[in-house]
Amino acid sequence: METLTNNSTLRKTDLIFGREHDTLSLLKEALQREKDEIINELIESGLRGRGGAGFPTGLKWKFAKSAPGNEKYIVCNADEGEPGTFKDRIILEKAADKVFAGMALGGYVTGARHGIIYLRGEYSWMRNSLLLKIDDMNTAFKQLGLDFILEIRMGSGAYVCGEETALIESMEGKRGEPRNKPPFPVAKGFNNKPTIVNNVETLVYALLISHLGAAAFAAFGTEQSAGTKLFSVSGDTPQAGVYELELGMKLSDFVAEFGDGDTKAVQVGGASGFCVPRRKFDQTIIGFEGIPTGGSMMLFNSHRSMYHVLHNYLEFFVEESCGQCSPCRVGCQQLLLGIEAIKARKKPASYLKELIRIADTMRLASKCGLGQSVGNAFDSIVEEFKEEIIY
Amino acid sequence: MQNIRLTINSIPVEIEAGKTILDAAKKAGISIPTLCHHPDLCVAGNCRVCVVEQLGARTLQASCAVPVSEGMEISTNSAKVQRARRDILELLLSEHRSDCVNCYKNNQCELQELAAKYVFSSSELIPLPALQHYSIDASSSSIIKDDSKCIRCQRCVRTCSQLQHISALAVANKGSEQKISAFMDKPMANVVCTNCGQCVNRCPTGALTERNYITEVMHALHDKNKHVVVQTAPAVRIALGEGLGFAPGERVTGKMVAALKQLGFDAVLDTDFTADLTIMEEGTELLTRLKKVLVDGDTQSALPMTTSCSPGWIKFIEHKFPEFLPNVSTCKSPQQMFGALAKTYYAQKRKLDPANIVSVSVMPCTAKKYEADRPEMRDSGFKDVDYVLTTRELARMIKMAGIDFSALADLSYDSIMGTSTGAAVIFGATGGVMEAALRTAYEIITGREVPFENLNIQPARGMEGVREAAVKIEGCEDNWKFLEGAVLKVAIAHGLTNAYKVMQAVKEGRADYHFIEVMACPGGCLGGGGQPMPTSAEIRQKRAEAIYAEDAGMPLRKSHQNPEILAIYDEFLEKPLGHQSHKLLHTVYVERDWN
Ligand SMILES: Cc1cc2nc3c(=O)[nH]c(=O)nc-3n(C[C@H](O)[C@H](O)[C@H](O)COP(=O)(O)O)c2cc1C
Ligand code: SF4
Repeated sequence: METLTNNSTLRKTDLIFGREHDTLSLLKEALQREKDEIINELIESGLRGRGGAGFPTGLKWKFAKSAPGNEKYIVCNADEGEPGTFKDRIILEKAADKVFAGMALGGYVTGARHGIIYLRGEYSWMRNSLLLKIDDMNTAFKQLGLDFILEIRMGSGAYVCGEETALIESMEGKRGEPRNKPPFPVAKGFNNKPTIVNNVETLVYALLISHLGAAAFAAFGTEQSAGTKLFSVSGDTPQAGVYELELGMKLSDFVAEFGDGDTKAVQVGGASGFCVPRRKFDQTIIGFEGIPTGGSMMLFNSHRSMYHVLHNYLEFFVEESCGQCSPCRVGCQQLLLGIEAIKARKKPASYLKELIRIADTMRLASKCGLGQSVGNAFDSIVEEFKEEIIY
Repeated sequence: MQNIRLTINSIPVEIEAGKTILDAAKKAGISIPTLCHHPDLCVAGNCRVCVVEQLGARTLQASCAVPVSEGMEISTNSAKVQRARRDILELLLSEHRSDCVNCYKNNQCELQELAAKYVFSSSELIPLPALQHYSIDASSSSIIKDDSKCIRCQRCVRTCSQLQHISALAVANKGSEQKISAFMDKPMANVVCTNCGQCVNRCPTGALTERNYITEVMHALHDKNKHVVVQTAPAVRIALGEGLGFAPGERVTGKMVAALKQLGFDAVLDTDFTADLTIMEEGTELLTRLKKVLVDGDTQSALPMTTSCSPGWIKFIEHKFPEFLPNVSTCKSPQQMFGALAKTYYAQKRKLDPANIVSVSVMPCTAKKYEADRPEMRDSGFKDVDYVLTTRELARMIKMAGIDFSALADLSYDSIMGTSTGAAVIFGATGGVMEAALRTAYEIITGREVPFENLNIQPARGMEGVREAAVKIEGCEDNWKFLEGAVLKVAIAHGLTNAYKVMQAVKEGRADYHFIEVMACPGGCLGGGGQPMPTSAEIRQKRAEAIYAEDAGMPLRKSHQNPEILAIYDEFLEKPLGHQSHKLLHTVYVERDWN
């Protein structure tokens, strides 16, 4: 793992990639415990989903456990499509056994006997090595007396398939389009059966918490953002890479460590996240009380045109919207056309206000998180870098 | 199920659990605009026009998709809702070629209606560049597809897969490229489309419309050298009124005839005549097949026999179950029997040159347009049916001509080929062909009327997707002794998804029917793709009641009693399945791959 500079104020940890324990013994140990005890441990730990939405993991497992029926699934969301995020890839390369054990733990706790890894299409190169590990794991589960089996499904290459209900549709062989919610996957997911969808990283932490205890995890981070998390650092930085850091840091401390001395903005949370300008670095907390992130931290220095940054994001959304719902499908195109028209002086600068309104309608009325979050980057870039957008 | 209590715009509502916010609003008398929602189809929740505000929720909720929950406080007109609703409509309009005055659906478009209600002033948004290079798919005989009018509500997609088990229309691509495409982006004429027009019937805009022949028919009517005959299908008379301001279920037979005369048709005749004829031919065909199989041990004659009146069903079976084509009755549909006779029997009787006859039909159906275009349908030596109009097109023509429809005095059909029985009119409802066939066949075999009160064969009626019945045959006449004690097993299916189920059961040997009636459209022809919009289960129920009322009011209710039928056999056809019949009234089917 990459290391920080000596004078960093950030607290780097090594929970995920630390090798002090044999994964199977962690699992074996956890299987000795009562299911509710593990759920309570997770709830107390304050672990929230690491895939972006931040739903409390213990609660999700609790709902899945109490969902009726004996056919349940646990799905590992390894679609990792958010621009600037590559931490799940590193986990799967270096600590896949912990992901698989975390899934088995979820299976044990909730009664799911089937675990599915939904692997991003672009990661197909690691499929074979993962399959070998899965074979070993499946054998190990048997030896542990655990009725649980793992398999891999390949993603179809669309960003929206990372959205949990689109992912489920895609696994069912349909178009990867988000479903209406409710019902949520814990009630009706894959094949209409209760399904837990968790991010790769979340599953590893769940396993670790069952071993370390809630308190040890919650000793890191803040009240709302307990623990540590992996960050994918990219953009104008001399230290691009994946780092495990304590949550709740100030963005200014982060930039002090990772910036190139000329950072004018950081995009926190990828294309669907927020852009924070330099003047706000000091007052921005990275975590659920401030700006949450699924891990993507992209730094921009003063050579970057924020118009181009925004243009890129919008092009991405115009293409990656699944297209089923009108606010998102048409809204993305209107935002892109709109900033182009303003740049080309075909629309007055005041048209930005209309566009911000459209972005807000997308936030309020789109069917899924994709359309709902296009306004995050849009508003924050347009508001903070208005001149760059207009002139 | 227990009830849920919530408030909508502060009005308390109580409704069963599992219902949606939209259902609850309807119950409270509050209307919420919708586009992708359709009562016949599964929930999509994709247009988002129906969003409402739920107290405490971060986002607005699609009222068509979100189930009610206890204590919900909903607002359907908050500032947020009003703004979002208008924005969404403006977004849809920016993606839509709003060429309203030139559009076939002008004034009958749900998007236009909502725009008038909620947008009503010009939008700042930029029309999407894709609208500058659109193309219209006019390859099909029945359906015109114009993507530039499409709002991606996917009603057509759901109709085609859910109701019709076809999926000729599907969603393709994502993002800005997303669109509704005929399979693999082929022209509509080259995909497994049955032309049933159920998609047309549910399209809220002008994206899917029928190929219309209004201009051609008007032209023929104005041509002094042409003798223009028109036939009207059973289900037109009970639905035409809906397109002219009447409530669903109002019968307008006499007014329709009067209007057609005012429009200038030289003879207003009735498809019901050939529906009666179909019973004679198809009934005889069924009995012949039964005899061959049961008595002669013939393995060539295929049972179960299926009906052949519905051209959507014919194309479906040609594509999907070609191994069962020998099972399909060889009878042409009543429309095509009529067409073949119009330019032969009718021409002779009326001393007309068939070359000068223009044969028009008014049908509840879009697939009839395709059927009339089939190369087999020229047995008179001409195109048997020149132009097929839908019920909707006729309503338009009546409006165009300035006819005050509601004030018209009832007129009767012309003769010949204008007399019919109650057995013919029920062809328009699912189960009707079966009922009509049983009324006649049972009597031929036993010399007695079917053992049902007032000839109403209740097991054949209703809206259940698949219905089965068994009739025990007792007291046979001498010729039919071989059927004594036999139990005739029949099945009825409407909507092609149900037809698929029945055929699959037959294919897998799970069913031992003798006779199967299939209508491609939900409810039968009364729910046809050419009928007035909108459609729903309630509307179709009303139309069905009208059909049975029409039957009950007819002096003659069995096809074999129709005096014009007796006359045509006497003068022209000789006997059912006779030489002339074979030539004019029967046809062949082809196995189809893609078109
Ligand atoms: C457009 C979109 C894309 C998403 N992509 C991913 C992804 O690639 N990986 C992921 O774990 N979660 C992704 N999510 C979030 C998932 O829907 C879901 O919340 C998450 O997998 C739940 O796991 P967690 O609770 O462990 O975070 C995405 C959400 C949206 C709206
Ligand atoms: S918000 Fe966008 S991605 Fe999500 S369902 Fe709607 S169109 Fe698809």
